[in-house]
Amino acid sequence: METKNKIRVLIAKPGLDGHDKGAKIVALALRDAGMEVIYSGLHQTLDQIMQTATQEAVDVIGLSIMSGAHLPISEKLIAMMKEQGLFDVNLTVGGVIPFQDIPKLKEMGVAQVFPGGTSFEDIVTGMNKLFE
Amino acid sequence: MPEIKDILLGSQIAGARMIRLIEDNDPVAFEMLKRLYPHAGNAFIIGITGSPGVGKSTLIDALITQFRTLDMKVAVIAVDPTSPFSGGAILGDRLRMQRHAADKKVFIRSMASRGQKGGLSRATKDAVVVLDAMGYEIIIIETVGAGQAEFDIASLAHSIGIVTIPGTGDGIQAIKAGILETGDIFIVNKSDKPDADASCHQLDMMIDMRKPSETNWTARVLKTIAQNQTGVKELADVFLSHFDFMKKNNLIDLKKKEMEKSYFNSLLKDLTLEKLLLFMKESEDCKKAEKKISAGVIDPLSAAELVVNKICVFESND
Repeated sequence: METKNKIRVLIAKPGLDGHDKGAKIVALALRDAGMEVIYSGLHQTLDQIMQTATQEAVDVIGLSIMSGAHLPISEKLIAMMKEQGLFDVNLTVGGVIPFQDIPKLKEMGVAQVFPGGTSFEDIVTGMNKLFE
Repeated sequence: MPEIKDILLGSQIAGARMIRLIEDNDPVAFEMLKRLYPHAGNAFIIGITGSPGVGKSTLIDALITQFRTLDMKVAVIAVDPTSPFSGGAILGDRLRMQRHAADKKVFIRSMASRGQKGGLSRATKDAVVVLDAMGYEIIIIETVGAGQAEFDIASLAHSIGIVTIPGTGDGIQAIKAGILETGDIFIVNKSDKPDADASCHQLDMMIDMRKPSETNWTARVLKTIAQNQTGVKELADVFLSHFDFMKKNNLIDLKKKEMEKSYFNSLLKDLTLEKLLLFMKESEDCKKAEKKISAGVIDPLSAAELVVNKICVFESND
């Protein structure tokens, strides 16, 4: 089996929102696409997410956000990633994301946005595209 | 690329990236490990093994809490299986330990078993060397002991804790070959469930019956309820007293020699296989054989035999 260039992803649920069925299903889809997926569990602080991403040496942090707080959360996390030196880690955001917010997220430096309704195929393709 | 000096200073980002190089089988990792190795060898390494669902991760979470009250730096390597179908993995052990995620003196690392060329034990051992050199005092390796080929937890850890739950008379039977012989501490977790005492009794009897170990350490059986810390302080104390016991009886050196021998053997196997296979694959004989097989002139068994016999002609130097 090939051991090189395996994509490692942290699927993380920041803050108070308590629905993680979507996050878990996406984790499964990524596993089936041959990626190594670490799932953080619910109610993570940004500090916990940062530490987990650091210790697990992931290539991607995938945030799942349904609370409406995607803009401030992403902005803060990107600042923390820069501060801690995770320059080569990509941030992707999924969940309940209004379409008008997608350009704002991209401008902040979010690599991919997967709003509710995105197919697994598109998520996997989007993830793989980051490493072409 | 992580720097040796940062790893030695305990930088989590450098250590994590170093382990990533190991997982990805990067040639740089080998050179770096050679430089880190002399700095390792101070940590107390605990192996935690047992069937899926007995509460290993939750128990480790509770153990971290205990070791942290003693202000010890703790690292965890949690191994989960790679899917043989997709090559992917869900690494879910650390989910139970996330409350320690922001504690800078705790380092939790998930590893997928992958199709590691050298077997999982070598990649795990390599990662232990890194964490040891980073200055972690306690390193806990979590693994589903049974059914993982080549995984010899006994050659990786000073102390082996085997976790089980009440009411699995058959389960205990199932693990008794092999694993039972290596256990230093047996933990009956979820002991608020019925029949916990019966499980302890069974384990005690089995310990009585097994061949006395060369070290004179008498294996212990403890009851825990990891979820609410019941019995976990005692468990942490027993692990530490096992370490003390080993130190007092000069067993640490003995164990170190044993570990080094086993590390050497797995490296020998890996490096030889890697070199030899590469050489064979590129040889004319091998290419010819492949063509003959696809032309249906020769069967794969005879072809493999021919190539190996032709290439592997050994003469000893002495």
